[in-house]
Amino acid sequence: MTAPALSLKNLCKSFGPAKIINDVTLDIAKGERHAIIGPNGAGKSTLFNLISGLYTPTSGTVSLNGTLISGVAPFEINRMGLSRSFQVSNIFANMTVRENVRCGVLHSLGQGYAFWKSVTSSKEVQEKTYEVLEHCSLVDKANTPAALLPYADQRALEIAITIAGGANVILLDEPTAGMSHSETDRAVELIRKSTEGKTLVIVEHDMGVIFDLADRISVLVYGEIIASAPPSEIRGDPKVREAYLGDEALPEETV
Amino acid sequence: MSDTTQSYQNIAPSGAAKFRQRILPFAVFIAIILLIPLTDPSRTMYALMHQMAIYIVFAVAYNMLLGKGGMLSFGHAVYFGLGGYLCMHAMNWIADGTGIWGSFPTFFLPIIGFVGGGLAAIVIGSFSTKRSGTTFAMISLGVAELIFAGAFMFDSLFGGEQGINGDRMNGPEVFGLSMGPQSDIYWFMAFWTILAVIAMYAFTRTPLGRLSEATRDNPQRVEFIGYNPQRVRWLVFSLSGAFAGLAGGMSAVNYEIFTPEALSLIPSGFVLIMAYVGGITYFVGPIMGAILLTYMSSMMSDFTEAWLLYLGLMFVLIVMYAPRGIAGIIFGIWDGIRGPNAGEMMRKWAVQLAGGLLMLIGLIVLVEVAVRWSNGWGEAFEPFGLHFTHGSIVTWIVIIVPLVAGGYLLRLAGREKEEMPA
Repeated sequence: MTAPALSLKNLCKSFGPAKIINDVTLDIAKGERHAIIGPNGAGKSTLFNLISGLYTPTSGTVSLNGTLISGVAPFEINRMGLSRSFQVSNIFANMTVRENVRCGVLHSLGQGYAFWKSVTSSKEVQEKTYEVLEHCSLVDKANTPAALLPYADQRALEIAITIAGGANVILLDEPTAGMSHSETDRAVELIRKSTEGKTLVIVEHDMGVIFDLADRISVLVYGEIIASAPPSEIRGDPKVREAYLGDEALPEETV
Repeated sequence: MSDTTQSYQNIAPSGAAKFRQRILPFAVFIAIILLIPLTDPSRTMYALMHQMAIYIVFAVAYNMLLGKGGMLSFGHAVYFGLGGYLCMHAMNWIADGTGIWGSFPTFFLPIIGFVGGGLAAIVIGSFSTKRSGTTFAMISLGVAELIFAGAFMFDSLFGGEQGINGDRMNGPEVFGLSMGPQSDIYWFMAFWTILAVIAMYAFTRTPLGRLSEATRDNPQRVEFIGYNPQRVRWLVFSLSGAFAGLAGGMSAVNYEIFTPEALSLIPSGFVLIMAYVGGITYFVGPIMGAILLTYMSSMMSDFTEAWLLYLGLMFVLIVMYAPRGIAGIIFGIWDGIRGPNAGEMMRKWAVQLAGGLLMLIGLIVLVEVAVRWSNGWGEAFEPFGLHFTHGSIVTWIVIIVPLVAGGYLLRLAGREKEEMPA
């Protein structure tokens, strides 16, 4: 049996007396599209920060492809093949779109901290940058300063930087937040295309997106996972309805 | 050529744009440097230009840190000074002629400065660049004070208050330069300035150079593209220190003396002001700042003893009203002239210029009268045959009226901007 792409074991995180994540155990298989939902303040972003190395767990462990990564620096986790996006656009605002993506590509193509050669000297870097831009439909905005991009394109750029390094495990934090319907559709298409054959963990509020995209859904309430199952089961789970979904209408089964 | 190859070339800047933006400015810069000796400059001019060359390299090196790396250092003269001191020792080893030093030309001393400044920055940066922002700034201040204090304790290394001196006219000649006359030193300065400036520009185009800007803007994201921002800062800091050391080496050869003052907070502050006044967001900014401030420091002191006050005022005004510095103003005007509202913009600038000049007149009279009064010599300020004493009502009218009128004009121009639709 191969190790799961991500494995959380008895993960806890406290800030002072406040227990934000409480004994979370979760395995995410390779190639799975896994969504994490939960009400505001449930600890979804904290969970992401624990997985990606921004926070160190109070107790418990995180493993990536069977390797322990809790306590490892974020840049090292990234080099091991885990990449994440942020809820608030977290791009290099003073650079052009092309330069943003190029920065994301550099390390995976062995450019390291080189200061003895031009950044444009590697054809591989140029080509990979173009590929990612094309993939995310950003080619025509390649030379626009990132700060001047429309919001939806900034989100697309956020995803572009996240996937640029070729990571196998992708964490997306509310990628469609604040988007219009048509923009959301485009973003979902991009996410689906970008994570083909990869492991995806996504935090999202838009139930349409979740039920459309995810193979499995985990429901996080007050730092605990109360259910983890395929969408069809989550829909019918009374515990989930009570704790989180409440009276909110779930998307109807439309098959 | 594959499809992708062609496509990525389509989005990259065109050859013509690259030439205009990257090659042409350097060609002009080099041409000016090569043409200056044809004007047969005086000794004073040579001395001034050599000082400018040293500060150009130092200020651009400093801006690798401040402008491109986002690290505010209050003690960068430490690396300038340590590089320079090492060069002074090397100059004396060359004079002794022992070992390999017997065949080392003083022309190449800046390499020694580069190594010295770089090593010092590697050691000090190993802990100071662990943090960014205010913490980094405070550590740089502390280190500068520490090294300055230490310089007075280790006499054999730093020569105490007298410093260390040497003679640059030893060792083998290169390029037919005896390194004696000012005109020989000019070519030495030209060589190292061009080399260092091109190298530092090239650095901004390397992976580390791009990452340095990325780390300045968003260190958190840098971590999530597989880079350690601390490592990026350390490397950039070390290179910046090395180029500062190179400038120190140029200074060692120029003045043939180094004293602990060169390591102190005064040159550290001066280079910060140069870079900022010139404009830290532009590569060319610190070059402009270095030229202007070097000129001001040596020429304005002939006109007025209050020149430091004017320098301080200029710094404060730039920080408050033109944070992109002189380069920002020049490029802003350039873009404005070529933009669609050229006429409108010119009118606004004319009003601003008139207002600024009026205020300047009032200010100059105030400062000059005040300086003469406070020195107690009873002198009057007498420009162009006019006569201003601190007791005369005319003096105060000439101070207050232009200040108020100029201020009014500036506010008027500023308000128009706010009223313009976005």
